Amino acid sequence: MLSIKNLQAAIGEKQILNGLNLEVKPGQVHAIMGPNGSGKSTLAAVLTGREDYDVNGGEVLFENENLIELAPEERAQKGVFLAFQYPIEIPGVSNATFLKEAVNAVRQAQGKAKLDAKEFLMIMKEKMALVEMDKTMTQRSVNEGFSGGEKKRNEIFQMAMLEPKLAILDETDSGLDIDALRIVADGVNKLRNPNRSFIVITHYQRLLDYIVPDFVHVLYQGRIVKSGGKELALELEEKGYDWIKEETVA
Amino acid sequence: MSDDLKILDEVTQSDYKWGFVSNIESENAPKGLNEDIVRFISAKKNEPAFMLEYRLNAFRHWQKMEEPRWAYLQYPKIDFQDIIYYSAPKPKKELASLDELDPEIKATFDKLGISLLEQKRLAGVAVDAVIDSVSVKTTFSEELAKQGIIFCSFSEAVQNHPDLVKQYMGSVVPYTDNYFAALNAAVFSDGSFCYIPKGVRCPMELSTYFRINSAGTGQFERTLIIADEGAYVSYLEGCTAPMRDENQLHAAVVEIVSLKNAQVKYSTVQNWYPGDKNGVGGIYNFVTKRGIAHAHAKISWTQVETGSAITWKYPSVILKGDYAIGEFYSVAVTNNMQQADTGTKMIHIGSHTKSTIISKGISGGKSNNSYRGLVRIGKQAKQARNFSQCDSLLLGDTCGAHTFPYLECSNSTSKVEHEATTSKVGEDQIFYCNQRGIKTEDAIGLIVNGYCKEVFNQLPMEFAVEAQKLLAISLEGSVG
Repeated sequence: MLSIKNLQAAIGEKQILNGLNLEVKPGQVHAIMGPNGSGKSTLAAVLTGREDYDVNGGEVLFENENLIELAPEERAQKGVFLAFQYPIEIPGVSNATFLKEAVNAVRQAQGKAKLDAKEFLMIMKEKMALVEMDKTMTQRSVNEGFSGGEKKRNEIFQMAMLEPKLAILDETDSGLDIDALRIVADGVNKLRNPNRSFIVITHYQRLLDYIVPDFVHVLYQGRIVKSGGKELALELEEKGYDWIKEETVA
Repeated sequence: MSDDLKILDEVTQSDYKWGFVSNIESENAPKGLNEDIVRFISAKKNEPAFMLEYRLNAFRHWQKMEEPRWAYLQYPKIDFQDIIYYSAPKPKKELASLDELDPEIKATFDKLGISLLEQKRLAGVAVDAVIDSVSVKTTFSEELAKQGIIFCSFSEAVQNHPDLVKQYMGSVVPYTDNYFAALNAAVFSDGSFCYIPKGVRCPMELSTYFRINSAGTGQFERTLIIADEGAYVSYLEGCTAPMRDENQLHAAVVEIVSLKNAQVKYSTVQNWYPGDKNGVGGIYNFVTKRGIAHAHAKISWTQVETGSAITWKYPSVILKGDYAIGEFYSVAVTNNMQQADTGTKMIHIGSHTKSTIISKGISGGKSNNSYRGLVRIGKQAKQARNFSQCDSLLLGDTCGAHTFPYLECSNSTSKVEHEATTSKVGEDQIFYCNQRGIKTEDAIGLIVNGYCKEVFNQLPMEFAVEAQKLLAISLEGSVG
């Protein structure tokens, strides 16, 4: 589904990704961990097409298509979804309006008929239940005045509505208390299926107790320096990153 | 939302789509301004003596005045002798029915999407259409007359209801008020007149559509709305002009009298030609709009300003009676080289008077957008309250937003609140929309419409849709 080969990327003069390789197959959950500044958020930004990042080497194939050449909205329309670390507020635009615009833009691009108001409402109702979201949230402006937990839950709700093929969760656990974390993780687990893949970017092993990954990768200095199963996360939790850094230098 | 999408689709190709010129034969006064021109206009309109006298007084006063320069606007000195002050579509004769209307004029309004046909009734809107200096058609006058409502051109009102005109004209905006109001009083050629009798709720929206067509002309129309005690009326105003590479002057006056317990809601979608991307051409829009609200009366201004090269406009309310209410909801959009200096004045005289100001400025391109507002609470205005919120939204980094609030409070029992924000449509917001599959133009439309929601909510339904469309079109190319 997703094949990243020797990916290199810079922001301004600063080279951040230095030959990253990653293969994601349908239905797999890959966790990306690593110390601050190792390039985790850059990876999310590059995959979704943020402007400030300059891809200067390697390739990214998404369902055999060169992802890097596509505009951000085209990537989204093809099924790449990013749950933002810091979800953005859009005052005056209700969550429902925003999502209807988004869902129909995606459907249109995929050659499907747009949803009418009734169909949309039905689907929205169903997905809201999935992430235990309060009814009033859909009428509130996008992320405006939301608590940290509400914002993250809203990201998962949007993911449920847009039904992506590949979902990237960028530090979705940051700023969440334990109850909110559980709800968000439950939402993600309900959305797992054999055709949908996840890249879960996180600092902490804690999230991976709830969203159990198939693979754990350690990103350091812009490359994946170690990969393993879910037990690697536990090892990192216990020992920190220093031993990885040493191994890498050696 | 599918409507919105359609709207935004239109955005991609559009320039100013109302910029066509209609081939209507017109009768013009010679260029320039002097007493003879004032007399010429008055004679053309066959006006009673009091009108001519009023005009001449205004003209003489105007000659002694200086053109105001305090606004945050830059434009070359206007040559008032280089303007045609009277232009009327020819042939001008009394129209017995719509069939007699010049087909070109009819076609013009069809093109503008304004049906002058009586079917418009289905939409519940009565229209007075003004081309250049003259009202060409008022619909539904007879229908409205059954309830005692007078809705006609200003010229007709002067002929048929001189007492009302004499009593109220200049009572809210005297010709001594300001330079452009004085000019208007001297040379105004037409406009709309509306009187709602005591206790009558006007059953349909009343609407005036202004169109400048002839080259080299100025448009000076005058609107007078009187809502007698306990009456209600909702009034709409729209305007467009052809694309020309000269600057044309529009100096209008609108006066509203809202007597005891009456309510007047006045909505404007201003879409005069804004000039091209390089700032060539466009309308200079210098407008004085003011209402006076008596006890328990209410006046509400809602404006969506997207057009004009220069906008100088401060729809105001004098809250004269106790418990009077004044409201001002504004969206002002400037793009390319446009400049707007707009806002309101809320003059609290009566006790327990209340005013609300919600202003949303949006600037893109190299434009400048200023909010200028005065809230004055007089000594007698016990327990008066004002709430003002002035927000500015910047699209890009070559435009400017400015806020000039003036608060004058002479009463310790009153309460005045002012909030102001300036923000930018962030790349973050756009990227967030992009990441959800929404393309950039649509994202900007969505974000800006969200930003203006509070004001759009005040507009009558049909107008709100129109306003959203206009907004999207005006903002085309405003970012990156």
